[in-house]
Amino acid sequence: MNIVVCVKHVPDAQSERTFNEDNTTDREGVDGLLSELDEYPVEAALQLVDAAQGEVTVLTVGPDQAADAIKKSLQMGAHRGVHVNDAAIHGSDAVATSLILAEAIKKIGDVDLVLTGLASTDGTMSVVPAMLAERLGLPQVTVASELTVEGGKATIRRDGDVASETIEASLPAVVSVTDQINEPRYPSFKGIMAAKKKPVETWSLADLGVDAGSVGLDAAWTTVESFEKRPPRQKGQIVTDEGDGGTKLAQFLSAQKFI
Amino acid sequence: MFELSQDHEDFRRLVREFAEAEIAPHIADWDRKHYFPTELVPKMGELGLFGLVAPEEYGGAGLAEGAFTYQCLAIEELGRVDQSIGITLSAGVGLGINPILTYGSAEQKQQWLPDLVAGRALAGFGLTEPEAGSDAAATRTRARLDGDEWVINGAKAFITNSGTDITSVVTVTAKTGENVDGSPQLSAIMVPAGTPGFTVEPGYEKLGWHVSDTHGLSFDDCRVPAANLLGEQGSGFRQFLKTLDDGRIAISALAVGLAQACLEATTDYAGSRIAFGKPIGANQGVAFPLADLAVMVEASRLLTYKAAWLKDELTAGRRSVREVKQAAAICKVYSTEAAVTATRIATQVFGGNGFMEEFPVARFYRDAKILEIGEGTSEVQRMVIARGLGLPQA
Ligand SMILES: Cc1cc2nc3c(=O)[nH]c(=O)nc-3n(C[C@H](O)[C@H](O)[C@H](O)COP(=O)(O)OP(=O)(O)OC[C@H]3O[C@@H](n4cnc5c(N)ncnc54)[C@H](O)[C@@H]3O)c2cc1C
Repeated sequence: MNIVVCVKHVPDAQSERTFNEDNTTDREGVDGLLSELDEYPVEAALQLVDAAQGEVTVLTVGPDQAADAIKKSLQMGAHRGVHVNDAAIHGSDAVATSLILAEAIKKIGDVDLVLTGLASTDGTMSVVPAMLAERLGLPQVTVASELTVEGGKATIRRDGDVASETIEASLPAVVSVTDQINEPRYPSFKGIMAAKKKPVETWSLADLGVDAGSVGLDAAWTTVESFEKRPPRQKGQIVTDEGDGGTKLAQFLSAQKFI
Repeated sequence: MFELSQDHEDFRRLVREFAEAEIAPHIADWDRKHYFPTELVPKMGELGLFGLVAPEEYGGAGLAEGAFTYQCLAIEELGRVDQSIGITLSAGVGLGINPILTYGSAEQKQQWLPDLVAGRALAGFGLTEPEAGSDAAATRTRARLDGDEWVINGAKAFITNSGTDITSVVTVTAKTGENVDGSPQLSAIMVPAGTPGFTVEPGYEKLGWHVSDTHGLSFDDCRVPAANLLGEQGSGFRQFLKTLDDGRIAISALAVGLAQACLEATTDYAGSRIAFGKPIGANQGVAFPLADLAVMVEASRLLTYKAAWLKDELTAGRRSVREVKQAAAICKVYSTEAAVTATRIATQVFGGNGFMEEFPVARFYRDAKILEIGEGTSEVQRMVIARGLGLPQA
């Protein structure tokens, strides 16, 4: 089974995150890492090929530093990496990103399963998996908290607020997984050493036959007009219990429309 | 000269991530309960931390060169989050695995190493006795051969990793006769956990290292097969001396981790704690000790990794034992004394909070002292360094 895992390199949420002058995320001046939510699809892919057989390719679209996300995935055990890196990609929205990913997956070829995380920890839009499936003409089964692959079918469980659904899709398919699906492994010392010898290909937009004008900031369907820091948290309201604490609490909650 | 490569830094990042996720959230609780986290050991094994210096046939990394530097990085990074976990690794490899790896027969290695390297088991090394510490040659524990068995009698003190639920074996030094010159003949003998006559005493009440496993051991007509001799009969002391330098560099790495942790915690605190209307770090009285701390961290780290590099160069046949011995003693005495000073500075900057167990610097303060004592006291290091200078001996 050949699995492609789409992973994203994101600014470290622990460090100070900033924007560029063109209102895009600053990806160069800050420490980055493999989006934590993308460790789950990498782990899921590794478990699937550990059990059956096959190859895990990690695919990322991003600037030079994004190679780090591939490296981490390879250290965890993925077999090879593909990095789409092109100056024209800067500022791409989800629509463009899904186009680039789709073309890269077609170029990788012979893919049985495409796995993604639930969302990137920077953009948190969760739309790329669906767009990707649409572009590839593949079934999309998203938000999987359980995944099994058997007899040419992927079966997932999706836990909703009111019910858990079991959904089947024929392969190839695009599946996004949640952070409930597994416990991602740490790389090991051997993994770090082995990763150095694993092949990583770097592709440009031209390699994929993608027109530079169809991606990037100018082609984006949305623009960020301005941004400002989230205001500091407001002090909470303390309800003093003078025998009527319960009533006051209920009044507060109903005023806020919680009850 | 020596430098840390990208591979080293990748590995450091891995161990740091592991320590912050798997140790940091629990450590205050473990420390308060004096709880040894047995479940953490196989996880460290999965990362490969116990196998950095071991060949692949026993599950190790099988590195051709530079293994010891990786070992020191792992110890430093665990030690940055908690010293007890750092010493568990340091002793597990340096005292548990190394003697078996270096002196064990093929069968002994096959029997013990795979589990030790995987972190499914831990081993200890018992040299120190109630009456023999710095003067290790004064060992009183005796072993005599009775048919095809050693019969061991005596006691050991302060033995790390000797009484955990997964301790598989403790190697002990014992007198096995006299040399021709009348000096005691010392040998190393492996005693499997649970051997009748081998008693692990209850854990000590310690000032620090609450999460590390330390016990006194006693041997009362304890019988083990003659084949449990590790290395040659009579070479116990020489063998032990040979592994000593590694242990000193490893403790130095542990000290670097501690000083680094103090530097980070204290810089944070000095930047955010307000007194007299401004952050306390704006006062030179607070800033200068912090600057000193940064100097100590840098110097300790350089001395330590220089020594580790020399040790790796020695393994590769490019350096002499003498150079490593001197570098090991120098880094150990400097880094451990710097670490004690670092914890004193840190707790001082934290003020009353520094005296509270709620803040890690209080634990660091308690944990630091042993660094100047274990694996050879500061005085012993100075004796070694002075001897290395060629000074006349008493
Ligand atoms: C938590 C812990 C874990 C340990 N783990 C292990 C272990 O796993 N295995 C093991 O074998 N041992 C272990 N030890 C023992 C440790 O290595 C010894 O405690 C240490 O070597 C000092 O020996 P001692 O306690 O007998 O002190 P002593 O040798 O009695 O020394 C007392 C003091 O006298 C000084 N002194 C002694 N001789 C001289 C001299 N000639 N000149 C100047 N000063 C001198 C010493 O420096 C020290 O300050 C551990 C100890 C502790 C506390």
